[in-house]
Amino acid sequence: MLYRESGDFSSSYAEDSQTFPIKFDRYRYYFVMFIAIAVIPFLINDYWVNSLFLPFLIYAIAAIGLNILVGYCGQVSLGTGGFMAVGAYACYKLMTSFPDVSMLVHVLLSGLVTAAVGVLFGLPSLRIKGFYLAVATLAAQFFLVWLFNRVPWFYNYSASGQISAPERTFFGINITGANTQAWATYLFCLMFVIFSAYVARNLTRGSVGRKWMAIRDMDIAAEIIGVNPLRAKLTAFAISSFFIGISGALFFAIYLGAVEVGEVFGIQKSFLVLFMIIIGGLGSIFGSFAGAAFLVLLPVVLKIVGVDWLGWPTDIVAHLQLVIVGGLIIVFLIAEPHGLAQLWRVAKEKLRLWPFPH
Amino acid sequence: MKDQADGYVTADGRQIGPVVMEMKNITLRFGGVEAIKDISLDIREGEIRAIIGPNGAGKSSMLNVISGFYVPQDGEVWYKGSRRAAMKPFQVAQQGIARTFQNIALFEGMSVLDNVMTGRLTHMETGLFWQSLWKGKAEREETANREVAEKIIDFLEIQAIRKTPVSRLSYGLKKRVELARALAAEPSILLLDEPMAGMNVEEKEDMSRFILDVNDEFGTTIVLIEHDMGVVMDLSDRVVVMDYGKKIGDGTPHEVRNNQDVIDAYLGVAHDD
Repeated sequence: MLYRESGDFSSSYAEDSQTFPIKFDRYRYYFVMFIAIAVIPFLINDYWVNSLFLPFLIYAIAAIGLNILVGYCGQVSLGTGGFMAVGAYACYKLMTSFPDVSMLVHVLLSGLVTAAVGVLFGLPSLRIKGFYLAVATLAAQFFLVWLFNRVPWFYNYSASGQISAPERTFFGINITGANTQAWATYLFCLMFVIFSAYVARNLTRGSVGRKWMAIRDMDIAAEIIGVNPLRAKLTAFAISSFFIGISGALFFAIYLGAVEVGEVFGIQKSFLVLFMIIIGGLGSIFGSFAGAAFLVLLPVVLKIVGVDWLGWPTDIVAHLQLVIVGGLIIVFLIAEPHGLAQLWRVAKEKLRLWPFPH
Repeated sequence: MKDQADGYVTADGRQIGPVVMEMKNITLRFGGVEAIKDISLDIREGEIRAIIGPNGAGKSSMLNVISGFYVPQDGEVWYKGSRRAAMKPFQVAQQGIARTFQNIALFEGMSVLDNVMTGRLTHMETGLFWQSLWKGKAEREETANREVAEKIIDFLEIQAIRKTPVSRLSYGLKKRVELARALAAEPSILLLDEPMAGMNVEEKEDMSRFILDVNDEFGTTIVLIEHDMGVVMDLSDRVVVMDYGKKIGDGTPHEVRNNQDVIDAYLGVAHDD
């Protein structure tokens, strides 16, 4: 009753291949967009932005990026943290070298720089697959963090070895530095999230997406029907790194403001984003959002329930969080490898027939 | 009749064209094993050409040489009047050669429609930038190719399972979807590696009908490997017989059936004690 597609007919192939072919889905999507753009900015304060919305939005971009590589193209990567660091440092260098240029340009350029680095580290993917490729990307992770630690040019020879974002504006509104408004940083990140999701969705439903999925499902057959494997894999690495670079730039410039590379962009970050897409759903844009939301919300909810309500010590709650995430990863890998997105899909299929399933 | 270089007309009225692909003295080795020994064969435009032989005769290897998956150590492949340089399989596909596999090689994580659409990839060339915008060029190209894909889907009668994930389909349907994917490329030569393996009589009849219809309606040249002799003799215009990597017979089904070497290979030769 709640979810119907009866009377909803596509009369052209273009209509049939749109993102939300079912009217109900489409209206729900418009509704969510309206809330996100026109309602939330008026309600939020610094606490909610910093503990919930910014990390969610930024991790969603990273998860979309990694999902393109792992979920759609089947190339396992553990270098996400390293690539986010590339985005962050590229953004820092651009911000300090060209103070008058808009942040929009800086963030996009950081994405492009990361895309180039991603292609470079994607080159081995033609020869090695699966587990071995994961190890090769792990090398990228450690090498990049080492590089940003050891070469002073990257952090402008600052004494602390950290990078910190100077005050920069977007259309005259402060979005980095100390004097920012919650709604401004939120909307700036939201803009990139919408852009990323839109681009990722369009790429994955078109011919490039089919090439990636063909490589993922059976690379030999893909090659025989005319997919150039090197090009398909490298475009996946490029697009994926582009989004991850954007998220790294936002993570540094908008969210944290100051970064010590080993702490922020270490191997834990790679695993965190990988867990997001495993829990959210491999090969699904919606899954990227679901996974990011879940892993951002979990510590906040645990803190509210465990520390504030039940009065448990903070360290126990922090450890409990690790236990829960670890357990969930195992459960999802065994029971539902396609994650929350698949659960959602199944729920929708059931709802279509509810309450008369036969 | 069939010696005419520019083609002939079959008894059932189909036009067979000139030679479109010619393999000259192909030898393929894996280490010390010679899978194919000095074989020459030609494929004419519009014909159904069968390759038969006992297990391990080198039939699939031959198909893999045609599709560019194996590069022979010796010999030349001539395609549409020019010698084919050693190339990657995806380049061969772009030249209009499509194939199906002995063990189904569909993309299990994708829907039937998406699988068929992957067959259209060689016809889609919109760049990344336009695809990321979708509206405009990418959408037009998608729709145009979708129309071709839908024609193939109609033709093979798989409309009802269009949006079903391939992993949920039965074996016979998977074989049909794989044929659809190969056909979607609108190939000039279609290679079928045991299209009827593991099928029951009804499914075999369906598949035979599809193969004949494809040949008839689209004029596609078909090269097939098959073990069911009844099917082979009924469908094909010319048959190549292989045994232990050598060619032991080549000609019309009637000629091949009466070839003593072929009979010996299939039935075994009586050894004098």
